[in-house]
Amino acid sequence: MEELDVEPTTTNIPASEGNHLGFVWGPGDILVYDTIYKSSGSVGTCSSFIHEVRKDEDIYSPILRKLFNESHHIFVGLQTIREDLPNKNKKTQFVSISKNYRSVIRACMEELQQVSILLAIELIWNLCEVLFIDAAPGGSLLLHLLDWVRLHKADVDEKAQEVLQSESPTEHHGYWDVVLSYLMQGRMDEARQMLVKWGVLKPAARSMYKQMDNLLSKMPVYNPGGSQTLTEFDVKWRHWHDMVDHSLQDNSFASDPNLELICKILMGDEDAILEQKDLLSTWYHFLVTRLLFSHPTVKPTELHYYAQSCLAMFDSRSAPEPLDSILLAAFEFDIHQVIKDCSIALNNWWFVAHLTDLLDHCNLLQSHNLHFGSNLREFLLLEYASGLFTHHSLWQLAVDYFDHCPEFGRVYLEQQIEHVPLDTERKALKVLRICEQRQMSEQVRSICKIMAKRALRNNRLGSALSWSIRAKDAAFATLISERFLQDYCARGTFSDLDLIDNLGPAMLLSDRLTFLGKYREFHKLYGENRFSDAATLLLSLMTAQIAPRSFWMTLLTDALPLLEQKEVRLPPKVNERNTWEPEMSSLYNLHQKKVLSTINWLVNVDV
Amino acid sequence: MEGTNAKYVSQKISKTRWRPVSSSSLQQPDVFATGSWDNEENKISLWSIGEEISGMEAEFEGDPQLLCECKHGGDVLDLNFLDQERIVTASSTGAVSIYHLHPNSQTLSVSQCWTRAHHYPCDDAPCTGVVCKSPEIVTVGEDGRINLFRADKQAVIRTIDNADSSTIHAVTFLRTAEILTVNSIGQIKTWDFRQQSNTPAQILSQAGDRVPLHCVARHPNQQHIVATGGQDGMLCIWDARQGKAPASLMEAHTAEMWEVHFHPTNPDHLFTCSEDGSLLHWEMTSGSETASFLQGGRNNSVLSRSAVAPAGGGQSLSAWLSGDSSKGRLETTHMLPSQTLSVNSLDVLGQCLVCGTDGEAIFVNRQVPV
Repeated sequence: MEELDVEPTTTNIPASEGNHLGFVWGPGDILVYDTIYKSSGSVGTCSSFIHEVRKDEDIYSPILRKLFNESHHIFVGLQTIREDLPNKNKKTQFVSISKNYRSVIRACMEELQQVSILLAIELIWNLCEVLFIDAAPGGSLLLHLLDWVRLHKADVDEKAQEVLQSESPTEHHGYWDVVLSYLMQGRMDEARQMLVKWGVLKPAARSMYKQMDNLLSKMPVYNPGGSQTLTEFDVKWRHWHDMVDHSLQDNSFASDPNLELICKILMGDEDAILEQKDLLSTWYHFLVTRLLFSHPTVKPTELHYYAQSCLAMFDSRSAPEPLDSILLAAFEFDIHQVIKDCSIALNNWWFVAHLTDLLDHCNLLQSHNLHFGSNLREFLLLEYASGLFTHHSLWQLAVDYFDHCPEFGRVYLEQQIEHVPLDTERKALKVLRICEQRQMSEQVRSICKIMAKRALRNNRLGSALSWSIRAKDAAFATLISERFLQDYCARGTFSDLDLIDNLGPAMLLSDRLTFLGKYREFHKLYGENRFSDAATLLLSLMTAQIAPRSFWMTLLTDALPLLEQKEVRLPPKVNERNTWEPEMSSLYNLHQKKVLSTINWLVNVDV
Repeated sequence: MEGTNAKYVSQKISKTRWRPVSSSSLQQPDVFATGSWDNEENKISLWSIGEEISGMEAEFEGDPQLLCECKHGGDVLDLNFLDQERIVTASSTGAVSIYHLHPNSQTLSVSQCWTRAHHYPCDDAPCTGVVCKSPEIVTVGEDGRINLFRADKQAVIRTIDNADSSTIHAVTFLRTAEILTVNSIGQIKTWDFRQQSNTPAQILSQAGDRVPLHCVARHPNQQHIVATGGQDGMLCIWDARQGKAPASLMEAHTAEMWEVHFHPTNPDHLFTCSEDGSLLHWEMTSGSETASFLQGGRNNSVLSRSAVAPAGGGQSLSAWLSGDSSKGRLETTHMLPSQTLSVNSLDVLGQCLVCGTDGEAIFVNRQVPV
């Protein structure tokens, strides 16, 4: 067996005092039961409970349900993007779809109390969007990373508000924190707006303030849409960097420790930035800030050096958390590692399934096949959808996911769809429609048979017939007709006349059904005193070979009163001797010949 | 389509209905009820869409807000407002319940319940349809039974056992004391409660394949015009006075049609929704060239209407029955973004349309062009 990625978690089963447990895998859970065998080898008593152990509780959260439904909508839309669009258009679409997914996550975050998992998910997704889907080159890359950090460190604005609304902002204990935070997020304008308040109040430090403000205002910011090339920007930036260095070297800010600190940060001094650990709060914020002030033209391929060193510098003592390793893997552009780590860390397959699917559409996943036949994308989608299928309500979403798994989706669907409980006809109709649209004829037959039998058991013959027609199940239609005929023989009248009288073309589904319809017609004709028509019909019923053997006696009995009617005229097929002699007499077996000769005799008796 | 935003509600919606507005006021409806299905715990919920904001931003109104909700035993298979304060529901457990909305506390609670309104000899049978004309309530179910209740009496007024050998899917009032039912072998039956016999007054069915029918609606003014929809997604218009065959057949959807509604005040307009995830708006226009064009789902604020457009009078009568003859032209518009799961229910009142889907979303449109 291969080595495990991570130690398996242990779940304690209550009420099993040292007995061996038996278990069986279910679609999304394990059923565990107590046995009488103790671990010591002896045999004792056990509890009679069966425990259901479920790993994924998330699908039962009402707020996360919105996530599943909305993302399903986005997923289906993604699958139908046209393949023939030029790559540039596709990329914009993929980025916009990625943003859609993220906005759904954020919408859920707003409602849910426990936000940490969703926050982490959105953080990772956002980074993947920046690095893999948008795939920004050097220059724009840093800008996107700044956006990323700003989005996930949004408390700066709150703090700023608090400071600004206080009586004297510059005296507020958080004032410099806000200035530094703005700086470290690259929000120069806001930093300057804060700083001016200080500058105004300290006329003695006027020139210092002006110099600092000048430095801040001159910091070059790369404009991806502009005419400036990356090299030109780099030159400009180095020039500015030298300017800052000068100011530091000639101690322009030596008298004010705050400004001196700001200057050091602007220089990209790692220790100075690291001192603000509390404000940064995360190593990836540290990473982006460090890049901003030391290497703003960073290329994607260079990221991982910086990432590793920043992680090490920021928190050398504690072991990396799962989130940290995932982000690190992302910075190393190791998509597979990201997916793998996320699969392990998260309870629910939602995140990895959707992200992998999107990345696959962007053609970012190498197509190496896993050793159980499907590729990574399909595997994750199948796992996710199978989890959905165990939910009493979300199974309908899973169908679309299976549809877009070309190798195994259909097989999975065929197996799972039969486990959906069919409590009402309406639900059965929906399940049936799903099967019919995918030409799953076996499942169609099976569902219709279940519903038809249930209807028959409740004596709803019309419903049973309706289900048989849907499945084109001639055998069952025959069964239903037998029931009617038995009823008739037992009681002498037909039940459910509304059904038999109005069979329409459904009559042709089965011979027995046709016979039933025609036999009822015979009764109607007789009741309307149209005896010759009735007689003709009766004869044709007998000779058309659709009458069941058991019914011949009844038919003959029905024939008797007809023969007492004076108006009965035999059909024109009768020859001049008034005997009825079918041309195809060779087709009839001995029994039938006897019957026919009886009729013959009966007919001739009158004459 | 603009003006139609999805609200995700964490429950599959089986029925939505507008609360009736008092006939005197010209207000647009602002409260609707929804029923859920396929949940371990199903619910009746009441939602408000608030005041209509006139002006440019009218298209992007706020989401529906939940006013109150109440547990419901079993799937909500049908739901209708009895009056401003009471809702009748049909349950998959065979129960018919009346929910009362307390105006002061804005809560819903059960005020009356008939628990075994529909049943088999040894089992419960889902109640599939309920329709009311206060104080009378008529229910139908999978057991083929028709019940007549009164809102204030616990005892059933009249039961027609075995009215149908197949499942009755929907019911509607034809005239006072006369109802119309549709069943799963494609028959429309009219029943007259004034008669003592338990047989239908009339049976209509299609000549060809007897497709199961799922929904029925009666024209608000012309009481003999009836629209039905069934398993094959075809929209049929019938003349109930004569009827071996529907007066017109139109291809509408590619899967079961779950609901069909005539617009209550402007019956030139018809709405249908289906398992295939679409909601269609049908408009019968007069035959002239300046008939209104609804372009592919977008709200065109400048609708050029024919000056002769009737307000739902005689023109629409013959037009519906003659289908697509030269007398009138039928325009259809999709009202939802494509690729939703099944649209199970819709309701339209005034200019407001609400619908619910299996994707656990509610769509509200306040600018239906009628």
